[in-house]
Amino acid sequence: MSKLTLIGGITAAGQKLNITISGNKISELTIDTPVAGNEILDITGSLIIPGLVDLHTHLREPGKEDAENVESGSRAAVKGGYTAISAMPNTDPVADTAGVVEQVFSLGKAAGLCDVFPIGAVTQGQRGGQLAEILAMAQSAAKVRMFSDDGHCVFDPLVMRRALEYVKMFDGVIAQHAQDPRLTIDAQMNEGEISAKLGLKGWPAVAEEAIIARDILLTDHVQSRLHICHVTTAGGVELIRWAKSRGINVTAEVTPHHLLLTDDLAESYDPIYKVNPPLRNVRDVEALREGLADGTIDIVATDHAPHPTESKECEWQAASFGMIGLETALSVVVKTMISSKLMNWNDLVDRMAIAPARIGGYAEQGKEFALGNFANITVVNPNKTWIVNKDASMSKSRNTPFHGLELPGVITDVFFNGARVLQDEKVIGKI
Amino acid sequence: MTNVMNGADISRALRRIAHEIIERNRGSENLVILGIPTRGAFLSARVADLIAEIEEKPIRRGTLDITMFRDDLRMRAPKALLPTEIPLGGIEGTDLIIVDDVFFSGRTIRAALDALGEMGRPKTVQLAVLVDRGHRELPIRADFVGKNIPTSRDEIVKVHLTEIDGSDEVLIEGQR
Amino acid sequence: MNRHLLSINDLTYEDAVLILDTAAELAKISDAPVKKLPTLRGRTVVNLFFEDSTRTRISFEAAAKRLSADVINFSAKGSSLSKGESLKDTALTLQAMGADAVIIRHGASGAPARLADQQWMTGSVINAGDGTHEHPTQALLDAFTIRKHLRPGQKDLSGLKVAIVGDVLHSRVARSNVLLLHKLGAIVTLVAPPTLLPVGVESWPVEIAFGLDLVVAKSDVVMMLRIQRERMADLFFPSEREYSRQFGLNGDRLKMMQPTALVMHPGPMNRGLEISADSADSLQSVIVEQVANGVSVRMAVLYLLLGGSPLSAENSKVLSDKVVI
Repeated sequence: MSKLTLIGGITAAGQKLNITISGNKISELTIDTPVAGNEILDITGSLIIPGLVDLHTHLREPGKEDAENVESGSRAAVKGGYTAISAMPNTDPVADTAGVVEQVFSLGKAAGLCDVFPIGAVTQGQRGGQLAEILAMAQSAAKVRMFSDDGHCVFDPLVMRRALEYVKMFDGVIAQHAQDPRLTIDAQMNEGEISAKLGLKGWPAVAEEAIIARDILLTDHVQSRLHICHVTTAGGVELIRWAKSRGINVTAEVTPHHLLLTDDLAESYDPIYKVNPPLRNVRDVEALREGLADGTIDIVATDHAPHPTESKECEWQAASFGMIGLETALSVVVKTMISSKLMNWNDLVDRMAIAPARIGGYAEQGKEFALGNFANITVVNPNKTWIVNKDASMSKSRNTPFHGLELPGVITDVFFNGARVLQDEKVIGKI
Repeated sequence: MTNVMNGADISRALRRIAHEIIERNRGSENLVILGIPTRGAFLSARVADLIAEIEEKPIRRGTLDITMFRDDLRMRAPKALLPTEIPLGGIEGTDLIIVDDVFFSGRTIRAALDALGEMGRPKTVQLAVLVDRGHRELPIRADFVGKNIPTSRDEIVKVHLTEIDGSDEVLIEGQR
Repeated sequence: MNRHLLSINDLTYEDAVLILDTAAELAKISDAPVKKLPTLRGRTVVNLFFEDSTRTRISFEAAAKRLSADVINFSAKGSSLSKGESLKDTALTLQAMGADAVIIRHGASGAPARLADQQWMTGSVINAGDGTHEHPTQALLDAFTIRKHLRPGQKDLSGLKVAIVGDVLHSRVARSNVLLLHKLGAIVTLVAPPTLLPVGVESWPVEIAFGLDLVVAKSDVVMMLRIQRERMADLFFPSEREYSRQFGLNGDRLKMMQPTALVMHPGPMNRGLEISADSADSLQSVIVEQVANGVSVRMAVLYLLLGGSPLSAENSKVLSDKVVI
């Protein structure tokens, strides 16, 4: 078996570490130069971190393969330093049966660039009525543990209660897209000064916070596990902080774009900034950063949402919600959280790899480097910067709001289960 | 900068023009006198006052802004419009005198003729100018001229009038 | 002046005054026998209307024609919002036609901004009403009408008290008027139930009143906004009667107004709902005059935006050997 040793890398904790990979696992960890005979990859000066794990990815397959498919989404993930992503179920057909989740799971295996874990729908067709066959999905080859109607809120409190109760059978988790639909009919952007000026229909913070508050109380009542998708408001962070202080089993995620962008970008009326939930104001962004730093918000999730060009090259109201984000996530977090000294690299590894794997139940992902673990490793040059170019994206879609922006942190290499899937910034596909 | 007419020269020229207009038109009965803003309008008012004084009766007068009739709008930033005041009774069948300060390419006068064409049909249209500096680009001539001043194209002729410039004089700027 | 007129924010104070002054001169010319000016001869102005608005379209058409522009009416009902031709394709078509100016009315806020910002076409874009955003030429003609009556011979509207009454939330007329009236020195009070005021209105340079009785006697101008009956179904107010009682301009409130004060309405009116027939037809009403002034104001806007602007690159290629300047 050939052995490859990465030498000169530095861990998130700042320690020198040489990692030897044999087959798909880590076979040796040394501080000194390893024995001769191994193939050597000199990455002196670069950071070595566990492969990143995303709990919120839209891969559009089946049904919308013009925007993305599992293979292209996997490529974007690898380019962004991820070794595991989680496919949201709002496909066509909806991933609400064992059949569809197994299909997505096997497409991920076939692409072979990273783990693709399907997330199952909570309700049939994501319509918010009847529960989907959650247990069947959990027991399928895909072993689904996380369920979400993402894109739609599980609005009916009784349905939400039942779903939370039901997933207790296998320590599952309901990932809620918190959006009161009655308060957000035709809503276009954050409700406030900017929406008033632009004449775009407002999306009040309370529409998100009211659902978060309700679901926290439901989770406490039925003693289950809740995950809040893409928190965007200061009030939401406050509610989650309160829930955690009460010992309620709730986790939460924030997207990179909500850590960096604010609603005044809508003044251009360019729908590249149209996203669900919407960009909020500066106070919210500060609260989100603070919440991520102090652990109130557990993880960063991309909500990578590819859309074809024509869905964004139109009037704001006619445009689709969403932004791609797999390839820019790490750099945006470095910019917003590390460059600003709110977090260190250890925190980043926790929020982007370890905690997401724990919440999602991905046993082989998000692990500290240890002998015998699967070799899921991302190599980052933290001192280099790069300029986002939407046309160079690995995604099939181009809807990044960061085009032209200079960001810190260049991901040079990624190892997925021992295979070098990113080499010198280039994605190496399976032959 | 060369001074080519002083206050007295201007007054004499305008008085002569007033007399010539009356003579040519056999009195002031059928006259309407329109000045082109800004300075043409002041000159026109002075000439009208002189004619009224000589003839001892009021004369119909007004102003005609030609901004919207210019043919070079693409080349210059849009200007604020200046007042157009047509005397009661209009211009139909009148002997109409257009007054301007400097007569150069002829394009202003062409625009003025276009503007008049939209308003009615005078019996005759005549042109009075304080200075004719030559370099016509259109087949248009003046009927009454205060002073002919040969110039080169690069020179700038400036008419100053007491009403807005504080003094009466005509100056030439540029290489002589 | 900006190449486009998308929002009142595109205008400086001086720009706004220049438009009103120019409109005043053009109104004088229009009163004289002159009906047509050659100013925009050879220019193409496109009326691109994604929503029906006969009065606004006709007003712009008359303005463009009086300036001798070639006018193309492009009724594009059924935009990409309803899966027809996309805004982009429409813009590319207009560019191919050599449009020097596009006057756009659209149901989506910001559609004119999209047309102007993207590199789809080179002409000027004039917003003739976009969604619930702005309707700048309506505000300009309102300011023109107010100035003519209440500040004749002056530049702006300093110190005038203007009440804007009704559905501010959904009104593009209100947004443009708030910005322009404030710019011109007027003091604006919005009169509406809180349901019909946008969240964020606190940042606007206005006062707020929750009943017409509170302001009608001290206002120099009472500007009524159209209230759509559908709003009732969306819970913005309980009944027409209740709305009308608190916010409608009726005969009693008309009597409370100062004798010199003006009644305005951008039209079309719901007589009996936001405005009673006797108020609409009263001597203080300048509603009909607003329509007439619209043409002069729009002529001024077209002249000031298009005068001095070179032909679009596409155009000049085609026309360069024909046009002698």
